[in-house]
Amino acid sequence: MSSLTEDYRRREESITIAHEPAGQGETHELLTLNIGPHHPATHGVLRLLATLEGEVVRDVKPIVGYVHTGIEKTCEDKAYWKVIPVVERMDYLSYYFNAMAFCGAVETLLGLEVPPRAQYLRVIHLELNRIMSHLVWLGTSALDLGAISMFWYCFRERETVLDLFEMSSGQRMHTRYIQVGGVIEDIPQGFAAKVRRFCKEMPRRADQYADLLEKNQIVVERLRGTGVVGEQELLSLGVTGPLLRATGNPWDLRKAHPYSSYDHFDFKIPVGTVGDNYDRFKVRHAEFYESTKIIEQALDGLPEGPFITPDRKIALPPRHELATSMEALIHHFKLVTEGFRVPPGEAYYPIESPRGELGCFVRADGSAKPARVHMRDPSFTNLQALAAMVRDGYIADLIATLAMLDPILGGIDR
Amino acid sequence: MPDATGLELTAHELREVEPEAILDTVFHRGRATLVAEPTHVKTVIGHLRSKGYTFLASLHGVDYYPEEPRLGVIYELLDMKRVDRISVKARLHTEAPAVASVVELFPGAEFPEREVYDMFGVEFEGHPDLRRILMPEDYEGFPQRRDFPVGGEPVLFTYNEEQNYGKWQ
Repeated sequence: MSSLTEDYRRREESITIAHEPAGQGETHELLTLNIGPHHPATHGVLRLLATLEGEVVRDVKPIVGYVHTGIEKTCEDKAYWKVIPVVERMDYLSYYFNAMAFCGAVETLLGLEVPPRAQYLRVIHLELNRIMSHLVWLGTSALDLGAISMFWYCFRERETVLDLFEMSSGQRMHTRYIQVGGVIEDIPQGFAAKVRRFCKEMPRRADQYADLLEKNQIVVERLRGTGVVGEQELLSLGVTGPLLRATGNPWDLRKAHPYSSYDHFDFKIPVGTVGDNYDRFKVRHAEFYESTKIIEQALDGLPEGPFITPDRKIALPPRHELATSMEALIHHFKLVTEGFRVPPGEAYYPIESPRGELGCFVRADGSAKPARVHMRDPSFTNLQALAAMVRDGYIADLIATLAMLDPILGGIDR
Repeated sequence: MPDATGLELTAHELREVEPEAILDTVFHRGRATLVAEPTHVKTVIGHLRSKGYTFLASLHGVDYYPEEPRLGVIYELLDMKRVDRISVKARLHTEAPAVASVVELFPGAEFPEREVYDMFGVEFEGHPDLRRILMPEDYEGFPQRRDFPVGGEPVLFTYNEEQNYGKWQ
């Protein structure tokens, strides 16, 4: 190193930002800076009111609600099976998870048993969705840190996953694949082979991402040691998911409270050590491999049998029965016009979404429409930790921390 | 989830701390709910927190129209060690609904409480920053209540921003 660099490094290290005196006057003045709502680094329509002292963030207040569309209110006006496409539009990157949480809550209220094949098909799609969601996160986060090539690589793989969704359900996004009692259709011929090819390819792609990013000095320096918040503080703020796991707490509902036969699969929960942005990045990156493993095991052990509950009061009869069976026709007519009725009660069904605990609360009043649907969206709760993460750090770290927080505004505002 | 017996034992314990605190217990489809007297909600949750339910997973507002008391606030508590969930419910009347805030116990309740205030008009006493969170700050009415009509609301553009925006008739 030249003496100039050494001198610069020494002066850089001598600056302590945590104990700079805050206040008004000629030397110190606080600046309130408005970031967003339309800003490429806020990952949606998020507005941040940042209080700055020079380049140091003293406080930040997130302001949300710009894409509030009243989905929960809309749900109260729809029959149970028509709610599914609506709730899928909340967190628009994890639509299978939204549908799963809602269907799980309704199945709990109905006391309905989901056939094993349907549970496995759900797991395959949920994990594909998790990979897809993390790919979008990785691509856009790298973009925020200045690496545009990552964005194209991640969206290339995402395209493959969306093609798989299109093959099994006809839609690329908001697929309405998961239904109350099972899934809408069995997987088509050739789907398993394509998923297997993707599962073979994905770990290699993830290795390439790691090669690109982990050895990149800019990425490492911007992520390591920034945005650190301890485990206890995150827990008190209600934070779950990869953010909590980055501090070393292995809380994952797939392991802690298995649903949809997650206990049949052998996978690990990646955890971090210190809970900085680098750990958050590593935890999500490691989940690429674990999700791939789950998908492969689910394909290997895919049980035979029905893909949706045979209960004709809940699920539509197969198309060919309508031509021969009067009962099937009546059931079809009742389900399509009125829908099914759910006995009165309340249920809360939590699952592990890519961002943490996604819980759906459903209150049934005995009619064919839910009386209340409420989503505990992980992005909404996790956003509360943003101020704790960025306080007394540089504003450039705020952008990196926000990217690693991975908020989805559709889920926050609902 | 505690089973039905466990729920009764918890309720009994809470009644020993505060005789009036628990109005009812509901065990339905594996979900354990304690119906608490609104004035004692914070005591009940504080006691459950000291018993190991240290994580507030979620907070929902519900409108039970046409039942009375109409509004409900539901707290989903989680014990991460035993993987055990319990929910606490407070029922409130629509005239000046108020309940003590639990932000002191769980700082993560801040946004969810603001959301319930925004959507149902429940005042959380002691909340540090009780403002609307999802709806515009000058909005009138509480849209998630069951008697709030759906639709018919003009979309805000520059040409009509002066006229009747956010007013609920």
